[in-house]
Amino acid sequence: MQSSKTPKQPLQGHQTDLSAWRKGGRVDPEKSVQNHQTPNSQENDRQQDSLEQALCYFEKVQDCVSLRKNSILQKHLATVKSIALQRGLPPEGFDVLLNVALSGKFADTVNTCLLKSLVPASVIPESSIISSVSWLCIGKCSSNIQLLFFKWLITVFDFIDHKEQIHALYGFFFSFLQDEKMCPYVCHLLYLLTRKENVRPFRIRRLLDLQTKMGMQSHLQALLSLYKLFCPELVTITLPGKMKTYFKNCEGPWKAAINSIRRRSQSNSPLSQPLFLGTAQPQSRKRKWNTQLLIPASSTNRNILEQNREKNLIDLYSTNKSFPVEQLQTFPQLLQNIHRLEFPSQMGSVLTNPLLLHYMNCIKDESVYLRLNYWTGQTLQEECPWCVADNQYEDEFKDFLETVYKAQCFLQEGFSSCEEFLYKSLPLWDGVSCRSQILRLVSWIPLSSFSEMKSHLYDPLAQLFFTSSLYFKCSVLESLKELLQNWLNWHVIHLDSACDSQVCSLNTTLSGLVNMVAELIQFVGWISTVALRLENNTTFLLYFILDFYETVCDTYLRHSLPLLIMPPAGVFYPALLSMDSVSLNQLCYIMYRYRTNLVAAKENEQSKKKILQFKFSSQTYQEYNQYITAMVGCLWTSTAFQNDTHPQGLRMDEELLKKTAVQEFKSSFNIVYHPAMMGYAVLFLQQAWPDDTTFNFSLIKGKKWNWYLEYLYAQGLKGLKLFIESSINRVSQASHSKAGNTQE
Amino acid sequence: MAAAGGPPSAPRGLTGRGFKPRPAGNGLGAGTAMEPRTLSGTGRPSWGLLFARGHGPLGFSSTSRLLTPAPRSQENTDPQRIAFLLCKQWTLYSVTPLYRFSNAHLRNYSRLLSAFITAERQKGWAVEVGVELDIKVAISSLPDLKGSDQDHAAILVQLFSRSPASQKNSEEKLIWSGWFCCVCGDDFFENMPEDFTCLPLFLTNGAESYTAIVGSWFQKTFDCCFHRLAISPLNLSWMAAMWTGCKVDKTTSAMELIFSVPGLLQPLDISYAIHPEDAKALWDTVQKTPGEITQEEVDIFMDCLYSHFHRHFKIHLSAAKLVKVSTAIASAHCDGIIKFLQSQYLIGVLKLLTELAISQIQ
Repeated sequence: MQSSKTPKQPLQGHQTDLSAWRKGGRVDPEKSVQNHQTPNSQENDRQQDSLEQALCYFEKVQDCVSLRKNSILQKHLATVKSIALQRGLPPEGFDVLLNVALSGKFADTVNTCLLKSLVPASVIPESSIISSVSWLCIGKCSSNIQLLFFKWLITVFDFIDHKEQIHALYGFFFSFLQDEKMCPYVCHLLYLLTRKENVRPFRIRRLLDLQTKMGMQSHLQALLSLYKLFCPELVTITLPGKMKTYFKNCEGPWKAAINSIRRRSQSNSPLSQPLFLGTAQPQSRKRKWNTQLLIPASSTNRNILEQNREKNLIDLYSTNKSFPVEQLQTFPQLLQNIHRLEFPSQMGSVLTNPLLLHYMNCIKDESVYLRLNYWTGQTLQEECPWCVADNQYEDEFKDFLETVYKAQCFLQEGFSSCEEFLYKSLPLWDGVSCRSQILRLVSWIPLSSFSEMKSHLYDPLAQLFFTSSLYFKCSVLESLKELLQNWLNWHVIHLDSACDSQVCSLNTTLSGLVNMVAELIQFVGWISTVALRLENNTTFLLYFILDFYETVCDTYLRHSLPLLIMPPAGVFYPALLSMDSVSLNQLCYIMYRYRTNLVAAKENEQSKKKILQFKFSSQTYQEYNQYITAMVGCLWTSTAFQNDTHPQGLRMDEELLKKTAVQEFKSSFNIVYHPAMMGYAVLFLQQAWPDDTTFNFSLIKGKKWNWYLEYLYAQGLKGLKLFIESSINRVSQASHSKAGNTQE
Repeated sequence: MAAAGGPPSAPRGLTGRGFKPRPAGNGLGAGTAMEPRTLSGTGRPSWGLLFARGHGPLGFSSTSRLLTPAPRSQENTDPQRIAFLLCKQWTLYSVTPLYRFSNAHLRNYSRLLSAFITAERQKGWAVEVGVELDIKVAISSLPDLKGSDQDHAAILVQLFSRSPASQKNSEEKLIWSGWFCCVCGDDFFENMPEDFTCLPLFLTNGAESYTAIVGSWFQKTFDCCFHRLAISPLNLSWMAAMWTGCKVDKTTSAMELIFSVPGLLQPLDISYAIHPEDAKALWDTVQKTPGEITQEEVDIFMDCLYSHFHRHFKIHLSAAKLVKVSTAIASAHCDGIIKFLQSQYLIGVLKLLTELAISQIQ
């Protein structure tokens, strides 16, 4: 063995440290927890003194002293033990105590007692570990003490302040493997220490010899699989799936003490990291190879390692640098290693690994998406329960769709494989199986110049839409709204980087994009019109439709898309004449936003002398004006039946209206008499004229009209407020004539 | 296996090989009479239906395709070197492009795969890479097996078992083999980034447990996906028509079509054997342009066979599912199993299978 190190050297080197600590009087405030202000500082000082004395004693003690006969030793031992368990030991104490415990000066009972007291208050200096290893190598202490030392070292591993020199002692630790009793603990320690450069053929051979001698041992398996992780070209192992623990618990008496000290001081002492071993995935025996939906675990791309090694040996350095994805557990790790991270060997694994999804977001590499798309595309195709005969694993597939959807949300990007899958499977879909998952996937169809949306998406969807329940209809509308929003967001993001290569590669011109969005909005307008008829203008459905138009009415201002499409009459009039104030209020808000957008567009058009590439057609303005006239006529001026100019509007012959025998038909849709508003009017009357029980609505006029408006606003009809304040000119009594003042 | 509802004489008689349509006579006549049945139904070739989207890199929008026999490569293909591929049953898989696969590392791959197989078979036991193990893996290139210069050379994977008893000079026994290939897949990998290798067709012979291990290793190492490649009845009928038209030096066995009758409690297969010369004669009357086949022609050909069968047995074979086609060129089963019989047509058959594999992974 190379263990020719003298134990004296590090010892001496460290004595000065201790004396410095003592001379400094109190403890270095940074290194110790003891400086926390306790109310009883006197008690604190007293303990401090007695610990100093004890450490002094242990440092100077020369001969082997028997515990029984020596009351001083007993006293100091008790002091160390009680303070250690209570508050932990300062960094400077470890050197002294480890030297004593491992030098064999005392009997094993004393040594054991000392080792068990080695609870760190903050950190453990690396040098004390180095000197301990020197003691181990000269073999002065019994094997029991050695064993206890290894257990201790594993438990407190994360408290050691530096580890570079300890890493240099890898070979020393490795040599302890030959001791059968210590082997499990040494394996554990090596597992914590191993880096790529430690994995050498001779060590592998040594471990394989041990495997042959001792059979399959979990600790050897763990260490070997770590070796495989670093050097798959040298050794390989497949861990059985059942395995849970690889190392014996060696937390001993320390873990509890460390935890309680940590709790008391609430310090951020390091947390030990979990093991990162990839076990074989459980494969059900019933199914044939590759017919089970399994998202692969993230594992290092051995292929790349291998090829780097092959290419040139000089490149070894950079290979060393690569960070195995198996080790990637926390976000800080990602930040620290982002420059030396490789994508896993199977891209599918990123779907369940948020850290790698973050990494994907940073790396723009075509092959990354291509690999992921091949995998997800194949999996979707092969596992889809309604495309593949005899596939009864719907729940698995549901979870998978959910995972894919979440990954798309995370990346804010639709996968082309999902798009393909939807186009292939929607025509065969029954609208029931995995409903919410499929509809969610629809919302992430990427915005591309693909021109066959109608036959691949809209037609099959419409067929299901018309023949399914109200709930299904609402779900479809919801997901189409999400789709529209995702497209608009995509457009906004790519607007700034117009020359971005991605845009060019997608070959999406602005006009192509506008056409796609327009096609979607028109499709939703059409199915909404039909659905409202089929479902008798249900408020529930209307809510989802108007929700969609809340996005549509703002495309110009909020998403900088030169496109505004008015809702069809089949949506507008049912909303205007709705029995529900929620719908009416929503419609008011939408019309207010249309107005704001159109006014902004007009101003923009006029301010820029040059011809704009895109201009709203006069038809849009005309349609808006028709609607606004109808709306103001209905709600405000009670002239709906005369002024409405929309071909599908409310215009009716006076003679005909008289025949209905409805009194006051003119005002029957104003904000007092409108069926959606009458409830408010009644409550208002009750409050304004508590004694009047005749419900004389005609009292609401003049000043009272204004009060009534204030009352309505106070009831939360914000949309109505915005609409009236923007679209009705209240100073002039001839408000309606100017209502549509965007008309020019 | 008596036919439940068929004519009393049918089942036994059908599996016999006595039935030969007389194409010059009633066979063809019946075919033309039946013609409108399928053709008027869709109004477009059903080949297009197979591949729902035609806008991918390889759109199967064309209604016709070239006839496959490719004796062209005959000059540079040594029949001896590919003889071992013949007369064996191969199970078909489709494979997505291999990421960072390199022909320069085949020996390394062999070592790694060999260790991987041993480790998989003895879970939890670590295996050193590069030492001699019970199973030897040989990965090699088959440069003859490709359709065009752009195609990647086929890759052969063979597993040999070494008996531990007689260490030295022990016979290495071939226990499993599989090969990746790509014949005329140019369109598919036209825009493929450099890092990807397109070998979309994978064929295996041997225990599925080895296929699973080898496949898993390739999936893990080259980030690809394997899936069984089934052959639809429509494609089987294409094969029947295409292979009927191929010339074979010595007239061998009959052409045989096997149909399975759906909806029965007990499986019932109907075997329909035709003398190869009769089938060829029928096909020659159907095919309009030599060297090209259209969906329409395939439909007419099959309809002629069906109507002839119906005339004799009053059974509509079009209502049954075509499950297997055997000719002198090759035999194919709908589960995705193929047997090559003629070396000069190997490339041609592989071209068709490559096309099917590509359509599955797209």
